[in-house]
Amino acid sequence: MKLGVLFSGGKDSLYAAYLARKMGYEIVCLISINSENKESFMFHTPSIGKTEVQAGVMGIPLIVQRTKGEKEEELKDLKEAIKKAKENYEIEGVVTGAIGSIYQASRVQKICDELGIECFNPLWQKEESNYLDELLENGFEIILTGVFAYPLDEKWLFRKIDKDLIKEIKALAVKYKIHPAGEGGEYETFVLNCPLYSRGLKLTGKSVTKEGENSFRGEVEVK
Amino acid sequence: MILILSLCKEKLHELEFVKPIEKIVKENHLVKSYKDITMGDLKKADKVILSGTSLKDFDYLGDLDNFLWIKDFDKPLLGICAGMQVLVHHLGGELSRDDRSIIEHIEIGINTVKFNKTFLGIPKGKSEVYSLHRLGVGEIGKNFDVYAKSDKDIQAVKHKSKDIYGVLFHPEVYNHEVIEEFAKL
Repeated sequence: MKLGVLFSGGKDSLYAAYLARKMGYEIVCLISINSENKESFMFHTPSIGKTEVQAGVMGIPLIVQRTKGEKEEELKDLKEAIKKAKENYEIEGVVTGAIGSIYQASRVQKICDELGIECFNPLWQKEESNYLDELLENGFEIILTGVFAYPLDEKWLFRKIDKDLIKEIKALAVKYKIHPAGEGGEYETFVLNCPLYSRGLKLTGKSVTKEGENSFRGEVEVK
Repeated sequence: MILILSLCKEKLHELEFVKPIEKIVKENHLVKSYKDITMGDLKKADKVILSGTSLKDFDYLGDLDNFLWIKDFDKPLLGICAGMQVLVHHLGGELSRDDRSIIEHIEIGINTVKFNKTFLGIPKGKSEVYSLHRLGVGEIGKNFDVYAKSDKDIQAVKHKSKDIYGVLFHPEVYNHEVIEEFAKL
């Protein structure tokens, strides 16, 4: 079955794509939504412009759809992007990295239903406690590109997810009731390497924008 | 042992419709496709859960004969969404000639449902549930009681004389207590 992946460049959409490929599904395109609204509830925004570089090392075509990110308009833009994927790449279904957000998942389900294609959420309701370890075991090299919740701060930006980070974040998750895998929007990630890439990406530059007391957004340059 | 039967056509959908049930059940369980189960599996199982499927997956409706074992099954059984449709279809008893046990009606997202009695850990009264279905249950026949309804659909049923339960909503996503209580039966 030919599938398109709703692709943010972060760990969840890439791991969902990896699981689909591993089970024998064909990933024929990636679909990225570039939202001008940095507070979007629907779309992951940090370093979205770098999805082109990631698509390049995967050798998979990328559809980028811009959106102003206004609540209902962004859904129309998402539908337009999926429609393009259906017309241009004949996708029969969409893969998302949704884990627990009924808000996000329901909206994508509705769009897929209207377009007459399947919707796959391979990470749905995934056990969070071991998810980060599972990513490491499967060869994912991931950095944090945004932190948005206390007690995470600027020091966490661009850190690689490794055993030490996992230990620290699990301890904070217990103490401060944050989701260890960032499912509550506590942090966003960027995948530098994974089994879907033909080669790893090198971090060549980075910048930080402070957006609030515990809100730091990172931009990366990669090649 | 709890036998979890996948009603999914696509393997990739099992991560979404079966895996979350496994996560809640935790204890000794076995997952199989409804196409592959044997009488031996059913004998070994203490309870059976039938999973739901995606909005576009209706293959199970073409294979209703694969579920005829349900008619003689005397251990606890829980059908989720597609699983509930199958239960009602086979166990409803004396459905009308134009069998309306399975009808078309789509719902996606959180809905409010009114429970007229306590149902597997959900108290009497209004509760929110997560729905994802294109088909529902129209006529339930004489063997089931309705335990919950939304504005449009029958949402929860129980067999009148057996420990057989059906929910149209998805307790593996929201209202985990339904599966937890069922596992304790």
